[in-house]
Amino acid sequence: MNHLLSIEDLDRAAIERIVERAARFAEVSDREIKKVPALRGRMVLNLFYEASTRTRSSFELAAKRLSADVVNFAASGSSVEKGESLKDTVLTLSAHKPDAIVLRTPWAGAAELVCKWCSAAIVNAGDGKHEHPTQALLDVYTLRARLGGIDGASIWIVGDVAHSRVARSNIIAFRRMGARVTVAGPPTLIPRGIEALGCDVRYTLAELGSADVVYALRMQRERMTETWVPSLREYAAWYQVNGQRLAPHQVLMHPGPVNRGVELSGEVLDSPQAVVTAQVEAGVVVRMAVLYELLAAARPADRARAAQIAAEDAEPAALRARAGDRDPARAAGAGNVPGAGGR
Amino acid sequence: MSDAPLLQAPRPRADLLLRDVRVLDPRAGLDARADVRICAGEVAELGTAGTLEPEPEAELLEGRGRLLVPAFFDPHVHLRTPGQEHKEDLESGTRAAAAGGFGAVAAMPNTAPVLDSAPLLGSLRETARREARVAVGFLAAITVGLQGEQLTEMAELRAAGALGFTDDGLPLQSAGMLRKALQYQRLCGGVVALHEEDPSLARAGSMHEGEVSAALGLSGIPTVSESTMVLRDAALAGYEDARVHFQHLSCVGSVEAVADAKRRGWRVSAEVTPHHLLLTDENVRGLDTRMKMNPPLASQPDRQALIEGLRSGTIDCIATDHAPHARDEKEVPFEQAPMGTTGLETAFAALYTGLVRPGMIDLGLLVARMTAGAELFDLAPFEIAPGRAANAALIDLDAEWVAGEQGWESRSDNCCFAGRRLHGRILLTLSGGGVAYRERALEPMAAA
Repeated sequence: MNHLLSIEDLDRAAIERIVERAARFAEVSDREIKKVPALRGRMVLNLFYEASTRTRSSFELAAKRLSADVVNFAASGSSVEKGESLKDTVLTLSAHKPDAIVLRTPWAGAAELVCKWCSAAIVNAGDGKHEHPTQALLDVYTLRARLGGIDGASIWIVGDVAHSRVARSNIIAFRRMGARVTVAGPPTLIPRGIEALGCDVRYTLAELGSADVVYALRMQRERMTETWVPSLREYAAWYQVNGQRLAPHQVLMHPGPVNRGVELSGEVLDSPQAVVTAQVEAGVVVRMAVLYELLAAARPADRARAAQIAAEDAEPAALRARAGDRDPARAAGAGNVPGAGGR
Repeated sequence: MSDAPLLQAPRPRADLLLRDVRVLDPRAGLDARADVRICAGEVAELGTAGTLEPEPEAELLEGRGRLLVPAFFDPHVHLRTPGQEHKEDLESGTRAAAAGGFGAVAAMPNTAPVLDSAPLLGSLRETARREARVAVGFLAAITVGLQGEQLTEMAELRAAGALGFTDDGLPLQSAGMLRKALQYQRLCGGVVALHEEDPSLARAGSMHEGEVSAALGLSGIPTVSESTMVLRDAALAGYEDARVHFQHLSCVGSVEAVADAKRRGWRVSAEVTPHHLLLTDENVRGLDTRMKMNPPLASQPDRQALIEGLRSGTIDCIATDHAPHARDEKEVPFEQAPMGTTGLETAFAALYTGLVRPGMIDLGLLVARMTAGAELFDLAPFEIAPGRAANAALIDLDAEWVAGEQGWESRSDNCCFAGRRLHGRILLTLSGGGVAYRERALEPMAAA
């Protein structure tokens, strides 16, 4: 794995490998000194074009627990606000030779684009409304820890699917892990054509009882001013996951931050069915596993580069060794090297 | 109307003998091998293949059965002048047109400043007289600054040579404003060409709304954003008995709306682009910004309806909507990228490769639809007939090439067909009696 751009790129075996590695890292968080030297001397650059405290600090913590150096670059207050393009920003920051760039932007496909402009490993930490692959991985991790396995489980993703990169990544990841996925929400916030990802669509929570897992999405207040829903009150009346709607056997998830009283009632959020804090914990270990996988296992590009440097180092020595050699082809070749013709 | 609406820079008048070419002029019902003599920029004579001898001053080109068609007419290009010459200018844009076999193009007024006044039109026409390799006509804006709030001085613009009127790039949202423009058309003439889009439906969408937009998490533009506006404006054209042209149709609903309007006898016409005829939203999956255009590439059924509309005549002509953008403007995330693809240099080859060779339409129909735009704008269509100025394209249908591999004549390289292997290469374009383009491979032959 050279980059983590999309859950789409990971098959079931790859998801399991990352999640299992994350489970081994979980033990590090319980140590008195919460650090292993796996990525000592490596540099991780957090490049965030959107406000994010949780995801950014989770990546930062993950990198630091692996002993990597971390630089945070937030787009606000920087050259980006002065009109620098994404490409120019990436080229400029590449001068610091980051080994990995963790990128969050409001634009679909930005992570994939950045791969073409620099040699660092790219981790997509959210590209517009497209994908958020580490969220999907940490959710798979959390659910496996809670349920033992996901195969055959019925998972309902409830709320603003249209504006949610979490929904897209999770539909794909949960399906790859063998779950059945249903999305439910107001018709204005369920994108036309979403069924093509392999999920069912419901516009009410009438059948929510059939779910093993209820995954509530954040309902952003801006959606109301943009008139996607008539009011948050009406939204809550139809789509809030609360004590009446959530059955005791169901697991409740949420990517955070929660709008208490909107998409979730306080009682269910505080109940033992909610695994929201476990998700946050999982975030760090899963991101450790991702960074480890990208940086500790030498990447083919690194190996190629190392081989190239070794070859460049070896070449002048070889030429020197052959000075005066009777091999005429070799001598002629040496004469053609600019600056190597010293007569 | 006083001044001729089409202009180009003077070029030496061609003296040529095209020997043994396949002359295909669907309008004249002509498809036969012939020798074509061009003297001082005019078609002088069509003779039995292999019988004419070149005059002493003339150049002889051996056609060997290669295709000679009337030069194409593109009713919809963006030449970006004035104001965005880093994308294209009159010289580079018309050079691209010539390389695509076009003898004339109609330039859109969404420039900076907007072409909405007679003095600006006058200065652009001056530039065209100096720089344009093929004939250029200019459409003026319907509303001042494309703002949709105040009519331009349509009669004065028309007298100064405006080919027609459009707010292309932006839809004319107000039905009342469009109605006034259509009423004013009675005074000054000039086709009103419409870019149809309802902004309240399109919102900030960056591609067609469907399975692909749902998977990519991109805001989708529903096809009804276009088709409901076509329905509305066709009804207005009918009510005012006005002449309206619908630009770049992209979906089933729009084709049906135009077909219905034509059945009712309303004076409407329509165009379609090569990219909407050949590509769909599946081509957007890789988020290549060259695939971002407005209207967006739609679904497979939409594409089929456009092909059928082209075949039946519901859609009158092909337009490229050639929309150049500088590389750094397109080298950004998909949602940030401006809309548009270049198309002049690839239009014929892409359509010949994608529609004619697989047998979906025949070559005569393609040539007819690529030349029909002229009549829609009340211009005499190009013909290969004695006494007419030489406006023709010589094409090697068997030549294969990779689009963009040898670079582009256009200043911009945002072509959605870049990298595709195409059949059909333009070898020579004659426009206004002069040689506007000559492919490097076309060696001059010594006169006999």
